[in-house]
Amino acid sequence: MLDALIQGFSNFFSGAFSTIAVLFTAEFWSKYGPLLLDGTIDTLVMTGISTVFAYLLGLPLGVALILTQPHGIRPNNAIYKVLGWIINVGRSLPFIILMVAIMDFTKLIVGTKIGVRGAIVPLVVSAAPFIARMVETSLSEVDAGVVEAAQSMGASTLQIVWKVYLPEAKPSLVLGGAISIVTILAYTAIAGAIGAGGLGDLAIRYGYQRRYPPMLLVTVIFLIVLVQLIQSVFSHVSARIDKRLDSGHKKGFAPLEMLARFTHTK
Amino acid sequence: MSESIIQIQHLNKTFGSGDTAVHALEDINLDIKQGEIFGIIGLSGAGKSTLVRCINLLERPTEGTVIVDGKEMTALSEKELRLARRDVTMIFQSFNLLMQRTCLKNVCFPMELCGTPAAQAKKRALELLEIVGLADKADAYPSQLSGGQKQRVAIARALATDPKVLLCDEATSALDPTTTASILALLKDLNQKLGVTVVVITHQMSVIEEICSRVAILDGGVVAEQGNVEEIFSNPKTDAARRLVYPGGASVQQYPVGTHAVRVAFNGGTAYQPLIASLAIDCGVKVNILGADTRNIDGKAFGTMLLGLPDDPNEAAKALSYIRSQPNVTAEEVEYHA
Repeated sequence: MLDALIQGFSNFFSGAFSTIAVLFTAEFWSKYGPLLLDGTIDTLVMTGISTVFAYLLGLPLGVALILTQPHGIRPNNAIYKVLGWIINVGRSLPFIILMVAIMDFTKLIVGTKIGVRGAIVPLVVSAAPFIARMVETSLSEVDAGVVEAAQSMGASTLQIVWKVYLPEAKPSLVLGGAISIVTILAYTAIAGAIGAGGLGDLAIRYGYQRRYPPMLLVTVIFLIVLVQLIQSVFSHVSARIDKRLDSGHKKGFAPLEMLARFTHTK
Repeated sequence: MSESIIQIQHLNKTFGSGDTAVHALEDINLDIKQGEIFGIIGLSGAGKSTLVRCINLLERPTEGTVIVDGKEMTALSEKELRLARRDVTMIFQSFNLLMQRTCLKNVCFPMELCGTPAAQAKKRALELLEIVGLADKADAYPSQLSGGQKQRVAIARALATDPKVLLCDEATSALDPTTTASILALLKDLNQKLGVTVVVITHQMSVIEEICSRVAILDGGVVAEQGNVEEIFSNPKTDAARRLVYPGGASVQQYPVGTHAVRVAFNGGTAYQPLIASLAIDCGVKVNILGADTRNIDGKAFGTMLLGLPDDPNEAAKALSYIRSQPNVTAEEVEYHA
């Protein structure tokens, strides 16, 4: 029993070791390097374009929710309820199901159901309601008193949105942006399952279908690095632009500081 | 001075409807004169904040008329109302500055809203910051300022559109007594120099005493009493007024009928204990402390005290003149009509 367990562990570790060892061979990189580069670019393109379009939809939706809510500056229960309902429906569909369900719509919009282009439509449709809620949460953090003050000065609804809600919520919107991008990035990996390309596609085709662990490992590492980078950049920018904090104690950009710790010599 | 700038007639405000309706304000009639500092005082929940919001229509009255500077506010279109609000600006208890803008940009904000050219707005904003004594903080963000400084920026911002009326909603309630005094002094100064009519909403008697010429006492959504500050303070006729005027919210029933009393207000002089002690030693007059609501801040006394005077009119007069001779202390005789 114990022997079997030890044997199992040693098999696992020697397997893991040989998987890692492959990543240090020139052969691996010359064979799969270009594929990984293309995959990374595809993932970034899908994520980037989808994020932009998802915000073009989600931001106005979030603003509309804030304005029409019962205590908003343009209370309208009908619009508020209908928008809330639509957003909840969008949010409750798992991405992979939504992707399949709207395939005909996707073809209508971008002319194809597959590949990077085919993934962008379901990514936008899936992320926009999520972003609407993120934006709603960020804007609800804006002090109601400040909005009231703007009203007392004769600001129009549009002026309150552009000059009060959005600028005052900017640090929070940026942080929400990181969460949205990381979520979309995760969705692109799922989109890979039905031939959307990108790192998710590589992980499934090589890592899973062809049982080639080094490919699975390297895509996981790439995704972790991407998420860490996105989160660090956005957290840093958010802290930088936030004037509510005492600017005297602003921290530097975390990854660079970490790097500096390694490279610094006395 | 005698011309009306704000006329509130038969104003009612009801929240909700049916059985759950809350009558926040009932049949309010006020006439605020051009250039005066008018106080509206009441306890929490009396309807003060709702009333002041009915003046610039942040709250729309359920019934009644609000006329500001000759304009019937409730009859204005949305666009006209936005224009009218430039003449009736407001400052708040929580300052409500834009946290992501510098002080200068905060003061520029109302001018941005009405399309003033940026350079002109900046020049005016710097002038206003100079007036409120914060020219050196133009590039600071609100988070870097103290409460009193934030309120000064808010005042500068409220003055940016050259308003005719400045509404102050509990503007000093979040500030310590020393800062409160300096903000009140600023408001008084602006009232005299610029001629702006000031409407002060507060629950603090000391604020009314300090700067207001006339006052309305709001209680349970109705105006209990209104008139000159001295008259109301020396001779409060309603229970609501007495609760506010007498320290500790004492009700008249607590005092024997015919008590000859004096209401003493301490405005930051020496501590109050020596006054009572020295009154006994120097004049040989013993007074009875009927109620007190005083705070000792940095060795200085703030607040009010109600003293029962001796029955002997000579002794009472002696005590009164002694109290009045003290620095930073005001005293008013109080009568009872129980």
